[in-house]
Amino acid sequence: MFKPLLAPLKKAAAATEVDTRLVGMIAVLALIWLGFNAVTGGAFLTPRNLWNLSVQSASVAVMATGMVLVIVTRNIDLSVGSVLGVTGMIIGVTQAEILPQMWGYGHPFTWVTALLVGILAGAMIGALQGYIIAYMKVPAFIVTLGGLLVWRGAAWWVTSGRTVAPMDAQFRMLGGGPTGSVGELATWLIAAAICVVVVYGLVRNRRQRRRHGFPLRPLWAEWLVGLSVSGITIGAAAVANAYPWPTRVAERYAEAQSIPVPDGGLVIGHGFAIPVLVALAVGVIMTFVATRTRFGRYVFSIGGNPEAAELAGVNTRRVIMQVFIIMGVLAAIAAAISTARLNAATNAQGTLDELYVIAAAVIGGTSLAGGVGKVAGAMLGAVIMQSLQSGMVLVGIETPLQNIVVGSVLVLAVWVDTLYRRGTST
Amino acid sequence: MTSAETPLVEMRHISLSFGGIRAVDDVSLDLHPGEVVGLLGHNGAGKSTLIKILSGAYAKDEGEILINGKPVSIDNPRDAKALGIETIYQTLALADNVDAAANLFLGREITTRWGTLDDGAMEAACRQVMGRLNPNFKRFSDPVKSLSGGQRQSVAIARALYFNARILVMDEPTAALGPQETAQVADLVKHLKTQGIGIFMISHDIHDVFDLSDRVVVMKNGQVVGRAPVERVTKDEVLGMIILGKCPGGAEPGPGAIPAEELPTEGVPDL
Ligand SMILES: Nc1ncnc2c1ncn2[C@@H]1O[C@H](COP(=O)(O)OP(=O)(O)OP(=O)(O)O)[C@@H](O)[C@H]1O
Ligand SMILES: [Mg+2]
Repeated sequence: MFKPLLAPLKKAAAATEVDTRLVGMIAVLALIWLGFNAVTGGAFLTPRNLWNLSVQSASVAVMATGMVLVIVTRNIDLSVGSVLGVTGMIIGVTQAEILPQMWGYGHPFTWVTALLVGILAGAMIGALQGYIIAYMKVPAFIVTLGGLLVWRGAAWWVTSGRTVAPMDAQFRMLGGGPTGSVGELATWLIAAAICVVVVYGLVRNRRQRRRHGFPLRPLWAEWLVGLSVSGITIGAAAVANAYPWPTRVAERYAEAQSIPVPDGGLVIGHGFAIPVLVALAVGVIMTFVATRTRFGRYVFSIGGNPEAAELAGVNTRRVIMQVFIIMGVLAAIAAAISTARLNAATNAQGTLDELYVIAAAVIGGTSLAGGVGKVAGAMLGAVIMQSLQSGMVLVGIETPLQNIVVGSVLVLAVWVDTLYRRGTST
Repeated sequence: MTSAETPLVEMRHISLSFGGIRAVDDVSLDLHPGEVVGLLGHNGAGKSTLIKILSGAYAKDEGEILINGKPVSIDNPRDAKALGIETIYQTLALADNVDAAANLFLGREITTRWGTLDDGAMEAACRQVMGRLNPNFKRFSDPVKSLSGGQRQSVAIARALYFNARILVMDEPTAALGPQETAQVADLVKHLKTQGIGIFMISHDIHDVFDLSDRVVVMKNGQVVGRAPVERVTKDEVLGMIILGKCPGGAEPGPGAIPAEELPTEGVPDL
C-alpha cells in the first residue's frame, strides 16, 4: 500500500543513480544520533563527542574497507582483531625498544620505520593466510579462526605480555588528539579541496558519458549529488573546528610559541583528526582499487561466479591471496592508529574487532553470498557501529549489555539485508 | 577428408577420469582451418569434458594436443586463450553480478594509459558487438543475472568472438536461443568459416549439425564411435552411432565402435 506513494521517490532516486541503500544507511545513522542525543539530553551531538566518534571509528573503518573485498570473494577473515594485536605489538616494540637503541629517542624516521615494519608484518601474515586459503584450499573460515588464536598468542609472545609504552611523539599524531589534528585552516582547505574534486568528478563523468553517447542523468540530479556531498563535507569541517583544544593544552602551546593569550582564553579548534584523514584516504584508495582496477573487477567477478572467472582466464587463486595481503596491511594500519591513540601497545588490543569489522561491512551492504559490496558503505557501517557503542557508553549502559546489543544488531542487520535483497531482486 | 595441410588442432589419445568414471577415453580428434566439426553424443558422452580439456578448464590424464602441428601444454584457460582458442561453455560461465561489458572483457579488460579500467571504451565496444549479434539488446548497465537466457547466451557468444579466435569451441551455443537468433548464429558460423577459423560445435540438434558441419564425430561413454564427412552418412546412420554405437560403412570407426558381430541384426534381437 506504500508502493504508489514510494514510486515517484524511487524514480527520483534512480535518476540520481545514488545507491538507495547508502541513503538508507545515512538515515539510520541520523536516527541513532538523534535518538542518543535525546536520551542523553543533548550530550551526543556536541562537537567534542562527534569528533571523538570520528577518531574512534577510524581503525575499524580502515579494516572494514578490506573486509569488503574479503567477503565479496566469498571468504571471511575472523583474524583481523588478532592481526591488529600482533602488528600493534610489533610496531610498538620497534619504535619504543628496538629503534631507540640504534638511533636514540625522537629520531625523525622512527615513526615511519615502525609503521613500515608493521605493514610488512601485516602483509606477511595476510600472505600466509591467503596462501593456505587460495592454494591449499583450506576454507577461510577455518584458517582465520585458527589465525584468531594464533596471532593473539603471537601478540602476547612479542613481549611475554608486557605492555609497551610510550610511543614515539611523532607516531602519536596518527592517533589524533590536539597534536594529531590538522588545525582549522588546513581543515577548511581540505574540505574545499574535497568539494572541488567531487564537482570536477561529476563534470568529468558527465562529459565522458556524453562523448560515448551513453544516457545522461538529469542535471538536477547532478546538482543534488554535488550539493549534498559538499554540504556534508563542509558541515564536518565546521564541527571538527568547533571542538577546541583543552584550555590547559592551549595555554601551554601559547607559552611555547609565545603567543599572547587573549581574554577569555585561547581558543584553538582541533580540525580533522589525522587518523580520520588516514581512514578517508584508505577509503578513497580502496574504492579506486575496487571499482577502477582490473584487480577490483576480478575480485567482484570471482564473487559472482568463481568458476566463470577462472574460465575467463582470471588467476583466481592469486587474486584471493592478494585480497588477504591487503587485509593484513589494513589491519596493520589500523594497529598503528589504535596504538598511537592509546599511546601504548598491549597484547589485548583489537580484541573483538573482527566482530565490529564484519558487522560494519555487512551493515554497509556487503553480501555474505559474495559478489556485492561497497567500500563507502562499509565505512559508514563502521561509523554506525561506533555510534551505537559510544552512545551506549554515554547513556551508561554496562559492557555486557553493550555486547548483547552489538551482537543482536549484527544479526538484525543481516536479516534486514536479506529482506532488502529479496525486495530488489524481483 | 584427408587434407595435406597440417591440422589446426590435433588431440591425440586424450583420456581423463573423474574418480572411477572414464569421462574421456582415448579420444583422438582433429580440426582444420575453415572447418566445422560437429561433436555429437548422448548426455554424459564426454563431449563437454573433452572440449574443456582443450580450453584449459580440465587437465588431461593422458594424451597430447598439437596446435598447427606443434605440441602445446594447456594448463589453464589463459594458456588456451593465448593459443587463440575461445570457448562458449555450455554453462555460459558468466559472472552474474557484473554487466555485459564486464563479462565480455573479463580477464582482458581495456585499460586507460594510467592502467585503470576504461569502462567507457569497453561499454562502447560491447554495444558494437552486441549490436551485430543481437540488435535488440539494450540492457548494457544491468548485471547479467537479470538478463534472459537468450541474452545471456549472446553475451557469451560475443565474448568468444570479440577476441579474434583461431579456434572456436561452441558447446550447445544455441540451446537458449529463439529461432531468429539461432539463424544468426548459423550465419555467423558460416562467416567465420570463410575467415579460416576452425570450429568445434557440440549440439543435440542433429539437423543443425548437418547443416553447418563439414564432418561429424560421435562419442559414446567417453569414446569415439566414429567420424565421417557429413555427405558420406545419413542422419539415421548418425543416430545409430549416437544411440547404439554402431559405425556405418561411410564412417571411419573409432575405439568406441561396436564390432558388427556384436550388433543386433535387423529385426532379430541377438541373445
Ligand atoms: N567435474 C566433474 N566431476 C565428476 N564427474 C564429471 C565432471 N564433469 C563431468 N563428469 C562426468 O563425466 C561424464 C561426461 O560428462 P560430460 O559433461 O562431458 O558429458 P556431455 O557429453 O557434455 O553431456 P551433455 O550432453 O549432457 O552436456 C559424465 O558421466 C559426467 O557425470
Ligand atoms: Mg556437455
